[in-house]
Parts: sequence; C-alpha cells; structure tokens
Amino acid sequence: MSIELTVNGQLHRLEVAPDTPLLWTLRDHLGLTGTKFGCGMSLCGACTVHVDGQPTRSCITPVAAVVGAHITTIEGLSTPAGRAVQQAWVDLNVPQCGYCQSGQIMSAAALLTTNPHPTDSDIDGAMAGNICRCATYVRIRKAIHRAAASLAASGAG
Amino acid sequence: MDFRDIEPLTTFRRALSAPELTRRQFVKLTALAGTGLTLGVVLPGCSSKPGGTASGGLVMPFVHIDPDDTVTMICKQLEAGQGVWTGLPAIVAEELDAAWSQMRVLDAPAKVPMYGNLAFNPKGLIQGTGGSTSVANSWMQLRRAGATARAMLVAAAARRWKVAAGEITVRNGVVSHQASGRTASFGALAGDAAQVSVPSRVKLKDPSQFTLIGRKHLPRLDARAKSYGKERYAIDVMLPGMMTAVVLRPRRFGEKVASFDASKAKAHPGVVDVVEIPSGVAVVAQDTWSAWKGRDLLKVDWDEAGAEKRGTAQLLEYFRGLAASRDALTAVARGDVEAALEHAHKRIEADFEFPYLAHAPMETLTAVCRLSPDHCEIWAGCQFQTIDQANAAKATGLKPHQVAINTLAAGGTFGRRANFESDYIVEVASIAKATGGRYPVRLIWTRQDDIEHGRYRPLNLHRIAAGLGPEGKVAFSQRVVGQSIMAGAPWGAPRGVDPTAVEGNAGDEYDLENVRITWSDPKVGIPVLWWRSVGHSHMAFSKEVIIDELAEAAGKDPVAFRLALLGTHPRQAAVLELAAEKAGWDRPFPLGKGRGRGVAVHKSFNSVVAQVAEVTVSGNTITVDRVVCAVDCGIAVTPGVIEAQMQSGIGYGLSAALWGAITLTDGRVDQSNFDNYRVVRINEMPKIEVYIVPSTDAPTGVGEPGTPPIAPAVANAVRAATGIRLRKLPFDLAAARREQKA
Repeated sequence: MSIELTVNGQLHRLEVAPDTPLLWTLRDHLGLTGTKFGCGMSLCGACTVHVDGQPTRSCITPVAAVVGAHITTIEGLSTPAGRAVQQAWVDLNVPQCGYCQSGQIMSAAALLTTNPHPTDSDIDGAMAGNICRCATYVRIRKAIHRAAASLAASGAG
Repeated sequence: MDFRDIEPLTTFRRALSAPELTRRQFVKLTALAGTGLTLGVVLPGCSSKPGGTASGGLVMPFVHIDPDDTVTMICKQLEAGQGVWTGLPAIVAEELDAAWSQMRVLDAPAKVPMYGNLAFNPKGLIQGTGGSTSVANSWMQLRRAGATARAMLVAAAARRWKVAAGEITVRNGVVSHQASGRTASFGALAGDAAQVSVPSRVKLKDPSQFTLIGRKHLPRLDARAKSYGKERYAIDVMLPGMMTAVVLRPRRFGEKVASFDASKAKAHPGVVDVVEIPSGVAVVAQDTWSAWKGRDLLKVDWDEAGAEKRGTAQLLEYFRGLAASRDALTAVARGDVEAALEHAHKRIEADFEFPYLAHAPMETLTAVCRLSPDHCEIWAGCQFQTIDQANAAKATGLKPHQVAINTLAAGGTFGRRANFESDYIVEVASIAKATGGRYPVRLIWTRQDDIEHGRYRPLNLHRIAAGLGPEGKVAFSQRVVGQSIMAGAPWGAPRGVDPTAVEGNAGDEYDLENVRITWSDPKVGIPVLWWRSVGHSHMAFSKEVIIDELAEAAGKDPVAFRLALLGTHPRQAAVLELAAEKAGWDRPFPLGKGRGRGVAVHKSFNSVVAQVAEVTVSGNTITVDRVVCAVDCGIAVTPGVIEAQMQSGIGYGLSAALWGAITLTDGRVDQSNFDNYRVVRINEMPKIEVYIVPSTDAPTGVGEPGTPPIAPAVANAVRAATGIRLRKLPFDLAAARREQKA
C-alpha cells in the first residue's frame, strides 16, 4: 500500500504494509537508522521519535496512524531544546555503548520543550520510560539540567 | 572472564593461528611486527620498514598518521560502552604527544597474533574482549606503539632539519626544534617518518610526565556520533540487496526441529526464503516487519528427545542434594575447618540462592553476513573475533582465513557476545549458507529471543558454615553448586575446578586460617555464560553477607571487622577505608524510618572496589538512596571512564539484586521482555560518588569490578534497616520476613 509520510520536513511516498511499525518504516524503508530497536513493546524507549512534537514510541506505532503528522527523528532534531540537549550530552560524555541515547535525547528534548526548568522528579517522570543498560542515568540527569541552563542563558528556553 | 588458566590445545591453536590475511592487510598491519611491539612475534615477510599509505602517511599496526594530521589508533578491543575507544587512544596519544583533538579510532580486523588479547593468551592467539582486560593487556603494547611512532616522527624531523634528534621536542601534536624555531605537524612529517627504520628500543615516559593519562575530563571520542544518531551498530548495516532474517527457536533448550510447514510463512508478502539451520528455522524477508510476520505463521514440530524439561524449583532441589553430597572438587583448603567450626563460639549456617540471569544488552544480538563461494564477510559487535571466525568458517565450509570480520560498536554486551559457540554469528552464517549466498543477510534477534534464548549467568546454590573462634578468628566452609562455564571451551573443560565458578571466594579474599571452598558441577541442559563479573557476581555476595553476619555476631563494626581480616590484603584495606571515610562511616547513621547503611569490599579482575550503600525500606520496597564507591584500578588512565564504569557496574548489579531472575517452568523460560525482566530505570538509580585511589601500579580493569559489591552492600544495609537478612537473589523482602519468622 502506498503511504505518504513527512519525516524531518521531507515528504516521502512509500510502499509499505499499513501495520508496519513506524520504527521499521524509518529504519528499513527510509534508511534512518539513528532510531533504535530495543524491545518492540514500548518498554525501553530506544525507538522514541517526535510525532507532532510529542515523544512517541515508534516500535508500537503503526505507520498508517501517523500519515499526515510531522515526524522528527534524531537525524532531524533541530529545535533549540534538541540542540542544547545534544551539546550537553557531548560535553558531559553521557553515552557509553550509546545504543539507547537517540531515544534518551528525543525524550529529553521533548521534556525541555514543554518544561524548560525541570526538577529531578520532572526528569524521573519524563525519562523513566527510557532504559539504559549501561546505567548512564547519573550523567543523563546532569546533562538535562545543563541543557536547561544553557537554554535559559541563551534566552531560548 | 578469566582466561589465565587457559592453554589452548594444539589442534585448536593450529586452526586459529595461521597468519592468513590478505596481502594488503598484511603489508599495512605487520610493519612493526619485528620490533617487539606486537607481542615479540616475528611474522614472515616483515621488514624493519614501516608501511606508508598511498596518500603519504605512516601506517603501523596500532597507529596510522595521515598527512591531514589525523592520528588513528587501531583498536583490537570491542567498544561496547566500556570506553576502550577513549582509554586506549589516550595511552597512544600520551606517548606520542599527540593532541587529543587529532585522535581517531578504527576497529582492527580479526587477526592473530597481532591483535590478540595478551591476557587471554600470552602469545596473542585469541582476539577478544572480556575479563576487564582491555586496558591492562594493551598498556605496554600501546605505550610502545605511541613512543615508537613519536621516535620516527622525531627522526624524520631531525633528518629534514639536519639537527640532532635529541634537540627536538614534541608537544600537543607539534614537533619543534627550539633553537632554529622550526616546527612541523605530524601530518607534514608522516610521509618521511614512513621511510625511517623502526627503532628497536624506545624510551617510555615516566608516569610523572603524563599529561593526558589521568586527565579528569577527556572527551569520549564516540560521544558526538552517539549523541547525533550517527554511530553505526551491526543493526544499522545496510548492504545492497540485503535481506533480514529472524529465527524461530525451540521453547526448550536441547529441542531440535523435527519437521516444519513453511507454506503460510512463504505466502506472506515480503518473505523471500524459509530455511532450516542448526538452531531452528529462519525466515528471510525484504524487511524486518515482514520477517517477523512470516515467523508468526511458521509451524514447527520439535523433537523433544534432548530437551531440558526441569523447572527452577526442581533444579534447586537437585542442587541442594549435590550440596549435601560428597560429589565435589576442592578449590581452597587451609587448616582444619571442621575442628575450627566445632570450637567456634558462634556458628552461622546458611544457604544462598542466585538465579540464572540474562545479559539483556540494549542492542539485541545482530549480525550481517555476505557469503560467496570462497569468502565470508561478517559485520557484528564481535567480542570474540578469533572464535567467531573459526565458527563462521565451520558453518560455511570455509577456512578461517576466508572469513573477514568487521567489528562494529556493540550496543552493550556484558559478556553475551563472547561465547564459545558464537551462537548468533553461526546463525547468520548458516542462513547465508542455506540461501546459497544469493543476498547479504542481516539477522536480528527480538528482545523475546534475547531473554528466552540466552546464555545465562549460572544458577547457583551456596551452602556456608562459618564460625567465630577465639580472638575473632573466622572459620569458613562453603560448597558452591553451579554449572561450569569453561566446560564449553573449544580446548576442553578445565581439569579440576572451573576457576570462574569459585573466583573471589573468602579463602582468596580474606586472611582465614581455616577455610575450605568446594564446588559441585551440576549437569543441566541450560547454556551458561559469563555475565558481567562472572563468578564474582555471586561469590562476592555470600562472602560479604556472611562476613557481615560474623561481625554482628562478634559485636564488631563491619568495617573494623573486615580490616582485621585484611592484614595481608593492603589494597583491599585501603579501598575499604577510603569508602568508609568518604561515606562518613565513623559518624552514626540515623537509623529509623526504614533507613540503613551497609558496606562490602571485593577484589575482581585485579581491581578492588568497596561500596557503602544507604537504603530506605518502605514496607517491602527497597530504595537505594546513595552509594559511595572507592576503587583501586592501578594508574587511572581515564578517570571519567572509570567513574562511568563504577556507576554502570552499580546500576547493572542493582538490577540483578532487586529484580533480575530468569526462571524456568518445565524447562521453558518464564521471562520475555523488560516488563518481566525488570532493570533499573533513571528514577531507581541511586546517587553515586566515586573515589579513585591514587596509584603508580600498572592499570587494571574497571568494566566489571563495580558490579560485585553492590548487592551485598545493599543486603547489609537492609539488615541494618530492618533486621532481615537477605540470602536469596533477587531480593524478596516479604519472603525473607516470612522465613525469618518461621
């Protein structure tokens, strides 16, 4: 079936079964491999993308459900919050194996977009759906606070 | 992993060690082989001249310097999050006096002995990563590699400037001659340096001269790619015409395919092939989703003849029977433990239970294979290149030298990707073989595959009798019942006790005059494997909990009681004292409201870690609030990576302590995904402080040693908070309360 999908500002026309999860559409059909597979059941958050700005688990989202929506992946993350988060991630050496970090960053960027000054408990609430088996959580928390501070300093928050 | 006791059998060595590689690789990568830089093994065909690149750079086994000033370190160890892409280039850059900003990393090809792990085998016959050996086994090798390249750049500059080499300095990537004011970058000299004879001896820095090593903040070389979705893992490999495969495996270990009906699966759009392979039936499709849907439509009848059908409860009954039997081997025996126990004025007898554990790395097992009649190319986060190469060769009917391995970053491993059967590599190679090499194949394991078809940390039962004698003397008798990991080694099972089954036992870690550690090897058809810290993952727990109970029985402070038993273990004592000091152990801890504090110290992989855990118990829920961690890992090469690895080890160990268990019912694994195999999330991560003991000793490992102490430190803290002793993992406070009442 032919489907039109807007990803990172670009319109794509794809031949794909409508029940195909957005995750595999992005990875296998569009070659956008920055979004990762971790569990396939919305339990780990590695597949998190933005659908109209909302953090969304792409592994359980059928592609047919996001036709007409604006999808943003790690490759297209360009909001001020997104950029601040990525810079903080680099500055604080957050990644270890790195596999979950695209999802972590997409969740963190969405958090800072709606809540520019999150408390630790806000961070827990927004990030508890993202598993990191390397347990980089201590630096993830620090980096979110740092990104919030840099956004505030630049007036973008 | 511990390979110190391994000496591969001759046949295995012959199969693996032939220096078979392409001519191009050979010229590029063996240039320094005669210098002693690469294990002192002289390979045929090597001259004393280094290689040059077509573009005019310097190419040596571990260091490439390009005309654009890029310095590339060739990494023989797998980067799986433990930081080798930062720690190892730091060692090279230090001796080379390179600027950190010019460093890059490239994964080494599968090639022994050049890229062998010297800790696994001193002759470098096995390439692989594990046992927290990456920095330790590379330390001198990479220092010499960096110093050699530096000496060659200096020689080239001396020749070009017609000055004495001794007048030339190198700093931060710039070669200078102060008197004449001349300078040159590495890239400008690399071509000339490639013409210089490789020096047979080089001077290494005195550690007091280190500027990069020990630097508190060193940017990880992979941080940017991993923060922008650009790091390429095996699951991201896209080859022209590539198909994706999933495998349907039996629900019980030991079952085999009897027959299968693929008609419905084959009829599903996108499915290309359905083939039988040794581990099950593979469905190959144009994309992942079609492969999954096709697999759901497969009908397979399994031959149950060889199946392991016991459940966890039956296995534990069997283990208890073994614990009471004489069917055991002796690992440690000193003094007269029976007499000492008989004369003890306090005696503790306890059983400890540890479940099977899955590794559950974030990236499930994935590999890509491209096969032609005389060549097999693999892309994977390979952790055991030499063994994977041999197994892939066997699966495809080729010779090991016809198998090329492209090692990519792994999305975690924790031991899973290093197994003697190369399970996932053999699967992808077998699918490629069964489909005639018509297309490249990418194999993806689902999370359910990962949890249900793991190679688990062995189920363990420890039966301990410990006594407190006159003057605080401890008698310690322990029976360990747990499957052997090393029994599966291709060079044969260990003669006697499997060292990985009893490593880190009380007899080795404390000054005990009367001690006996014995081991029974149960026969169970469940595959087992090293899981971050291997035997230490269970041995540290029972040891540190029993020592705590003895301290309590003696009416002594747990830190002071341990220190009294660490007289001949000064590193352990120093680390324990540092953790205690930083945690404020000498100040009374405000108990009440469910609060408690506990301590543990353990040496593993030649590093020592002590942790003080502070917990809050509410009802039967345990929350770990804070962990103070001290570590002695020799010279701290990259303190930031060490701190990260301690946090990481604590988080990993805490997942297992609080929830981790693979259980079996009628031989079938009960768990399947992160909902029923729960792991620590950000809201469950304690605050952690890490302190590194200053040291001038050669560096030791940090990938695993952070894990063993956390579970006993938390159990001891729970005891302080509630009076309940936890002796089974994962912790079940409600059950422990019931047992204590009974």
